[in-house]
Order: sequence, then C-alpha cells, then structure tokens
Amino acid sequence: MASAVNTADHAATNSDEVVFYLEDEHEHAEGSSTALGFWVYLMSDCLIFAILFAIYGVLGTSYAAGPGPQDLFELELVAVNTAMLLFSSITYGFAMLQMDKGNVRATQLWLAITGVFGLCFLGIELYEFHHLIEIGATPQRSAFLSAFFTLVGTHGLHVTFGIIWLVTLMVQVNMHGLIPANRRRLMCLSMFWHFLDVIWIGVFTFVYLMGMLR
Amino acid sequence: MPESSPLLTAIFGRLTFESFPIHEPILIVTFIVVALGGLGLIYALHRYRLWGFLWREWFTSVDHKKIGIMYMVLGIVMLLRGFADAIMMRLQQALAFNGSEGYLNAHHYDQIFTAHGVIMIFFVAMPLVTGLMNFVVPLQIGARDVSFPFLNNFSFWMTAAGAIIIMISLFVGEFAQTGWLAYPPLSGIQYSPGVGVDYYIWGLQVAGVGTTLSGINLLVTIVKMRAPGMTMMKIPVFTWTSLCTNVLIVATFPVLTAVLVLLSLDRYVGTNFFTNDFGGNPMMYVNLIWIWGHPEVYILVLPAFGIFSEVVSTFSGKRLFGYTSMVYATVVITILSYLVWLHHFFTMGSGASVNSFFGITTMIISIPTGAKIFNWLFTMYRGRIRFELPMMWTVAFMLTFVIGGMTGVMLAIPPADFVLHNSLFLVAHFHNVIIGGVLFGLFAGINYWFPKAFGFKLDTFWGTLSFWFWVVGFWVAFTPLYVLGFMGVTRRLRVFEDPSLQIWFQIAAFGAFLVACGIACFLIQIAVSVMRRDKLRDTTGDPWNGRTLEWATASPPPDYNFAFTPVIHDNDAFADMKKRGYKRPLEGYRAIHMPSSTGTGVFIAALSVALAFGLIWYMWWLAALSFIAILAVAIAHTFNYHRDFHIPAETVAATEASRSKLLATVAGH
Repeated sequence: MASAVNTADHAATNSDEVVFYLEDEHEHAEGSSTALGFWVYLMSDCLIFAILFAIYGVLGTSYAAGPGPQDLFELELVAVNTAMLLFSSITYGFAMLQMDKGNVRATQLWLAITGVFGLCFLGIELYEFHHLIEIGATPQRSAFLSAFFTLVGTHGLHVTFGIIWLVTLMVQVNMHGLIPANRRRLMCLSMFWHFLDVIWIGVFTFVYLMGMLR
Repeated sequence: MPESSPLLTAIFGRLTFESFPIHEPILIVTFIVVALGGLGLIYALHRYRLWGFLWREWFTSVDHKKIGIMYMVLGIVMLLRGFADAIMMRLQQALAFNGSEGYLNAHHYDQIFTAHGVIMIFFVAMPLVTGLMNFVVPLQIGARDVSFPFLNNFSFWMTAAGAIIIMISLFVGEFAQTGWLAYPPLSGIQYSPGVGVDYYIWGLQVAGVGTTLSGINLLVTIVKMRAPGMTMMKIPVFTWTSLCTNVLIVATFPVLTAVLVLLSLDRYVGTNFFTNDFGGNPMMYVNLIWIWGHPEVYILVLPAFGIFSEVVSTFSGKRLFGYTSMVYATVVITILSYLVWLHHFFTMGSGASVNSFFGITTMIISIPTGAKIFNWLFTMYRGRIRFELPMMWTVAFMLTFVIGGMTGVMLAIPPADFVLHNSLFLVAHFHNVIIGGVLFGLFAGINYWFPKAFGFKLDTFWGTLSFWFWVVGFWVAFTPLYVLGFMGVTRRLRVFEDPSLQIWFQIAAFGAFLVACGIACFLIQIAVSVMRRDKLRDTTGDPWNGRTLEWATASPPPDYNFAFTPVIHDNDAFADMKKRGYKRPLEGYRAIHMPSSTGTGVFIAALSVALAFGLIWYMWWLAALSFIAILAVAIAHTFNYHRDFHIPAETVAATEASRSKLLATVAGH
C-alpha cells in the first residue's frame, strides 16, 4: 500500500498521471469479511424466528378447545431455565475476555462452563416438553401448541447446534491454541450464542409472560 | 397397496415396486432417453478420461468464474426439462376438446404444471441469474474472488442437489400435483398423502440452503471486496442490482425455509399450522409463501435490469443516462417488493381497505420501473447504437416488458383482479414479465459475457435466428392466453367443454413450437460457436468496446482475474481508463494469494440428496445416517486450516506475457 500512496502523491503533483492500479498486492486481511458475513447470516436466521413469532402471534390463541398457556406453563421452571441461558451468556463473555488476554486454559474453562449451562437449559426444556406431552398437550393437540412447540423447539435446536459447535471449537483451541482463525471462530460462536439469548428473551416475554396474562 | 413385511418397510419405507411409474408409457420413453443419454455421457467422460479433469478443475473448484459457468450449465439443462413440461401442457390443452381426454391423465398433467413452475423458477431462472452474478460481480468490482469461496462452491452443489431431487421424482414415485406453491390444505397429508409434496419440499429446502448462502456470500463480497476507489456510487449498475437482489435473497429465503418447515411438520408430525381443524389456518401459509414469493420475482428481474443497463450503455457507446436515478430506482423497488405480497390473493377477502393498500403499493412499483425504462431510452437517444445480439434482446425486452407491466398494473386493481384472478390472463401476465424480462435479460447477458467467459464470441446467425423464434414464439404463445383469460378460462385445466376456445389453444401451441425452435437454435448457436471458435476469437479481452472493469482483463480471465488490483475513478471504470490512456502494466508482478479447491461441497450436497430421499420415502435409517454424515463432514472440514495458496510471481508473469503476445499479434494486423 505504501508505494501506492507514494505514487498517488506523485500523481497529485503531475495532474496528467492517474493511478489505475496498485503496485503492491492488495491484501484483504484473512477473514476480514467473516464478521459481516456472520452478521448477515444471523439476521437471516432472525427472520426464521420472526416467522415463527408471527405464526405464534396468529395461532397463539387457537386452542381448539384444548389447554391454554395458563393451564400449561410453570413460570418458576421457565425462570430457572431463563437464568441458565443468561448465565451461559455471561460465562461466554468471560471466555472472550480471557481469549483477549491470550489465556488458553481460562478460556477453555469458561467455555466448558458455558456448555454446561447450555446443557442444563436443554435438559430443563426437554423436561418441560416431556411433561406437556405426558399430560396430553402435544404439538398435534391445537394450532397454539403446534406454534409453541415449534418456536421453542427451534430455539432449543439452535442451542443444541451451538453446543456441538462449542465442543468442536474447544477441541480446535486445544489443538492449535488461540490463533487468529480460532479467535475469529470463537467470536462468531459468541455472536451466535448471544443472539440465541436475545431470541430467548423474546420467547420468554411473548410466549410465557404474556401467555400467563391472557 | 399390497401387504409388505415389517422388515421391508423398515428398509425401504414406503418405496415399493408400485412406486416406479412403469404404467406410464411417456415416462418409460423419457426414462430410456435420459438413461441412454446419461450412459453415453458417462461413456464419453470415461473414454476421454475426463473424470479427473472435471473433478479437479471444475467440481471442486472455488473459482467464482467456474462456479458461475456451472450454474449456467445447470440452468440450461433444467430449461430443457422445464420446457418439455411446457410443450406437453400446450399440446394437451390444444387436443383435449370435443370429448377428447387429450393424451395426459389428470395425475400426470397435474404433476407437469407443478413441475414446470417449480423448475422454471428455482432451477432455471435462479441458477442462471446466480451464475451470471457469480461470474460477473467479482470481475466488475476488481476482486480476485468472492468473500467466501468454499461457501460459493457449496452453494452451487446444494442448488444442483435440489435439482437432482426434483429430477428423481420423475422416475421414482411422483411429483406434487398442487401447483408450484403447494397451497395447503391441498398439499397437506390428508389430500396429498403421496411422496409428491415431499419431493417438492425437500428439493426446495436443499436448494434453498444454497441460495441463502450464496446470497450472503455475494452481498458481503459487494460490500467488502470492491477495488480501492469504488465508492457506492461508482459501482457498476449490474453490481448494484446484484447487491439489491442478494439483499432480497437474504431477507426472503429464510421465510420460504420457515414456511416449508411448518408445512413438513404438518405432514410428518401431524401439527396443525395449515390444517382445516384444530385451529390451523391455511391462509397463513398463502400469506407467508407470498412474502417470499413476491420479492422472489424481483430477485430474478433486478439482475436482468442490471444486464440491460450494461448492454444499453455499451452498445450505445454512451454513459448510462441517469445512473443515480437508476440506483435509487433499484433500491426503491427492493423496498417496495416487500409491501405488495397480498396482491396475489385479493380474493382472500381481507376487505376493501387492505386490498386498496396493496393495490396502491403495487401500482407504485411501476414508477421506479418506468423511470428505468426511460433511462434506457434516453441512453439510446443520440447514441451510436450497434445492434449486436445483446442489444437486440434489450430492445425486445423493452417492448415486451412494458406490455407485461401494463397488464400487471391492470391486475393490481382489486376489482379487476376479482374478475381475472386465477385466469389465463394472469398466466399470460407473469410469463410476459418473466420471459420478457428475466429470460430476455439472461439471453442478453449470455451473449454479452460469453466472450469474456470463454474467449470467443457467440455466432450471430444462429443467435439472430434464436432471437426471432423466441420473440415471435413468445407473442404467438401468450397473446391467445390473454384473450382466453378475458373470456374467463381459468388456469391449470386439463380438458375443455367449449369447442370455440380450441383455436386459441392451437395458436398457443404453435407459439410454444416456435419457442422450441428458439431453444434449439440457441443450443446450435453454442455448438457452432465452439466449432468456429478460432474465427470468433476475442484476443483483446474487450470485444464490445466495454465500459466496466471486467473488460480490462483477458478473455477468459486468468485465475487471479487481475494481475494488479485496479484503482477506480469513475463508474464506467474501464471506459475512463481507456479515455485517459491507461497502459497495461508489464512488470513488477507479485505472488497472488488464492483460495484452494475442496471436495467438501460435493460431499455434503450428495449426502443432502440421500437425506432428502430418506425423508421423502420414510427410510428413517437413511435419513439419520446421512444427517450424521453431513455433520461429520462439515465438522471435519473445519479442521482444515490450510485453505489457500500463492500463485508464484513467475506464473503471473508468464500468464501476462502470453497475453501481451496475443495483444501484439492483434496490433500487428
């Protein structure tokens, strides 16, 4: 780049000469597009959730003479579940702080804790689903339950993939340390993880809290 | 259905001997032709030892130019399939009068009109548009490749996998009989218990992954990879329209994915999203699918607008009239395309206020579109116009598309739509804009950029013949449909009672025959051009006196596109360079950093076909195994940290020296 700037300066003194190419190889830093690309992906994923929320908004009161939110939801359980996910976001943040300091072991430790919180979240969610299905509130029972299971289940599926990804990254950090490629990947997973947190806050508010108010 | 043992059901799911359409003579003949053709192709590849070459140089390549060309090949092959469906429908409708049942039974005919729509939109128009964007955009912005080269290869193979899934349905089982958007409750498990709708769902889902990822990829490429100096308002118009198209892809394909997931849940799990009972709401599906579907038509037509803009300014020898207004018109169309979806079902009964809103937004879209038409006309005004093939297609587009747009505005008036809804008038309208807009644009683009891709021009005699057959054939085929629509004939009918209608269908069938000649001439045009390539050779890299950056490099461009990163001062970058006496640099080459090839995309796409096949036929073991294998291959791919290499400076020097030699011979003549 430096010589190009020089040529440009030179060109400024001689107005007939314009620079049409860079003499030095113009490097796009490796992975320089990744952050934007991943953001755009997240937004497209967000749209999937938007559709599921819209479906829930339209069908969320179609109980078909079956049970409604007040008959089914246990806010205490959901509150514990929400706490699990929020804690996991905080611990992921700690992992990123340790990554910035270049501390491999501490990063791995916080990632592991994040994973455990994620698993707890999934465990509680599966328990809730199991309970609902057992008492007859199955996804087939009404459009409301179809929409509920699909919205919450899609979020749960995302968390599951997040955990698989987390484990993969832990193996890779173990193999290669905190090299730039791994830092970039951890950053992407971080965005993914926090994104799921934001979605969950929406689920908690619109599905559970407002459901109980109906 | 005969009794089958639990073991057979566990292995083959619902696939039985009855699933193969051995009682359909038409399909048997088709199968024999396809099988013989396939075997011949395989034998030729084997005979000339091309497998290794294809695998190394094409299938696993992450070069955006090669991927772009593979998209084009896919689109053209699928065009033949989609058109075969079209001419079969035209023939059936021309014959089935006076008590005749025609030659297609209802089960077969309904599959054909569904497959025709699905294939033409998803596997002809989309691959052709994506292919052109892939090939041209990085060259126009002076980049070496797209932002995520592996993802690009993967996207292509997912699109191809979707096409393969749809093609399998021709010979194994059946395709959907629901129309191309598969409205429930017809597409629900109760009314479509067969595998047809499942083929539809999984074909589109697999291809949709490819489309979404390629949309993200090209969007980021345009935002991040532009050459120095290329500010937003110096981006060539084709790249601008590509940017808007990819924004639309990223913002709408997830909707399609979501809505098809919900439909599959209804079919596989028994949920009640779009059913008639337990609180389901079929109109929700219709709304959601058109929230994807309407922007989809702009996804297709915006790049075509971009092509016309490049072609008009190049062949008029002038700067594009109203560049800024062209960009803003494109952006406005992008935004408005989200606000019109309800005009596809005014008859749903949303009430006068809602219908008025969507009718008005629909009519507003004609304003930026009209501005574009005027910009093209003013570009031609006092230009030194050369009527080469791309320009001929452009003029035909302007005449045809304006009429298609007019009938669109007619349909945008809710009371008129109540009369014309679901009629052949509608069918004529959307063919008028998609053929007259998208397809004519693609032909203009193919004729325009072919020399850049392959180093020789396309033959003009066969190209001209193809042009006239297409344009005349289109009008002969679809004007009768406008007439019939006014008479109240609805779409998708197989037999007719009123003998006075027959003449119109016969004229339409003749038009389809003319279009068939147009397609044949197009294929001959390519074959003839390949044979006469030495005469048609483009040695300069700039056969049309082009104005944008892709014409600054060799034809075909070297792997690295540009030996030196270009610096841009004007939106007609290359015209500006030529005017100000740009001299091609001849020394000081540096090693160039490039991405490496990988077979991961092919493997995951192949596994996706297996996954889809397992899900369609309820072979759960196959579905589970392929899903696990997809995860494993994807994860294994992330363990490869060495994804790039350097082209040594000597190789660059040698490539550029051979180009200098070529340019010198031209200058010597």
